Amino acid sequence: MSWAPQYWRELPYRYRLIGSKCMDCGRKYYPPRKVCKCGSENLKLEPIARKGKVYSYTVIYYPSKEFQGQEPIMVAIVETEDGARFLTQLTDCTPDQLKIGMPVEAVFRRYRTQGDKGLVMYGIKFRPVLERD
Amino acid sequence: MRKVAVIGVGCIKVGEHWKKSLRDLCFEAFKNALNDAGIESQMIDGLYIGNMSSGYYQRQEHLGSLVADSLGLIGVPAVKIESACSSAGFTFKEAVQAVASGMHEIVAAIGVEKMTEVKTPDATSALVMAADHDYEAEFGVTFVGLNALIKRRYMHDYNVKDEDIAYFSVHCHKYGANNPHAQYPFPIKLETVMKSPIVADPIRLFECAGIGDGAAVAILCPLEKARELIDEDRIVEVAGVGAATDTIRLADHDSLTSFKATILATKRAVSSAKITLKDIDLVEVHDAFSITGIISLEDMGFYKPGQAAKAAVEGELEKDGKLPTNMSGGLKSRGHPVGATGIYQIIEVTQQLRGEFGKNQVEDAQIGAAQNIGGVGGSVTVTILRRFR
Repeated sequence: MSWAPQYWRELPYRYRLIGSKCMDCGRKYYPPRKVCKCGSENLKLEPIARKGKVYSYTVIYYPSKEFQGQEPIMVAIVETEDGARFLTQLTDCTPDQLKIGMPVEAVFRRYRTQGDKGLVMYGIKFRPVLERD
Repeated sequence: MRKVAVIGVGCIKVGEHWKKSLRDLCFEAFKNALNDAGIESQMIDGLYIGNMSSGYYQRQEHLGSLVADSLGLIGVPAVKIESACSSAGFTFKEAVQAVASGMHEIVAAIGVEKMTEVKTPDATSALVMAADHDYEAEFGVTFVGLNALIKRRYMHDYNVKDEDIAYFSVHCHKYGANNPHAQYPFPIKLETVMKSPIVADPIRLFECAGIGDGAAVAILCPLEKARELIDEDRIVEVAGVGAATDTIRLADHDSLTSFKATILATKRAVSSAKITLKDIDLVEVHDAFSITGIISLEDMGFYKPGQAAKAAVEGELEKDGKLPTNMSGGLKSRGHPVGATGIYQIIEVTQQLRGEFGKNQVEDAQIGAAQNIGGVGGSVTVTILRRFR
């Protein structure tokens, strides 16, 4: 079974980290929501900050069928500089480097292939902020 | 609204029932409940079936028709209720409403899940359907992984030791050892828990409820009718039912270390039962993982945030402690056949209130509570039962 339309319709959000901002209370969400937790429906699509910190993390040694062979999978909840909090995968590091509070930034990466035809699913992952000269 | 009573309960031992189908499991548990109530099946006029993943495990939906047919109740209205791991808690709530409203007279609330049709990675895929598919499951997280994110943050925020959280599993197994329908009826040592393989860091195998098959049934009728049908000593009243939802994505919860749905559902259940928390003599909490059991006790209001793990280690959750907890062995030891678990809890609390819980009987238990969580707190039910006599 494959679910191309279900994946395809999410592409702007998955590829470009577009979320939504509540124009009444200022909360930011990723992925976007139609109704804010404050009850407002006055939300606008907006890019989410691409830098943030690890709020919590885990390393998965027994993945679901869809992610077999990719273990260990590093997953985190990150809090971005604009206050959005969401789940993502971590990349370009090893499990022993992970810490709550570690600075991370968004990168575009491959997630997995799907269905009989091997549709490649891409999306955003986060990596430790690189030390640059 | 009419007052509602539990007049019969029955289940099968949680386990790997290779030779039994989903229908067989329901049939056996139903027969046990009918015998317990001492009524005929033809008296049942409504059927609710809690189940999460029959579509995935058995490639079978339409459980309303299938189960009514299998039980010999052709013609009786029946419907499947799905709310992930709290499917059975919500099933019980629907059944209570059906009787309380006067729409039905004698109703069976069934919980069933047959998980052992598939291999573990497939079961892992089925279970993560409780999470947001597009933005959690598709990022490679598992259901254990989501709970590991909670445990990590909990240890960080409250400076609670890993082994104090893991101890909750030891506590549950101590009591599950005496439960005849437990999947893993034996005590375990803390050392065994700590040395078991990491499933999703920092959660180890022996902190997780296992995969198993089970079916559990509770039969309900109006309290007034119960007095005609069964011995008054065995009547258990449904004192209060509370339920709530929260955001489906864990990261969208207001707090990672507390389930708002448990807080809301408990308040609603306690207020509808017109009691206070202090009146509760024993509790069954939804310890799908050791950390889940601990934060549930905090969210229900029995302990302050960060305090429940210590309470377990210090013996407050024992049979003769301040708050006897999971005398059934909980999800860890009794087992967690997902869509059936909430009714197993109802059965165990009912048996406690009747004084029929054997070695783990809490002395003079009058009021008991059961808390059933769906997903990572996306939905929760809390049910309060009271001895009638």
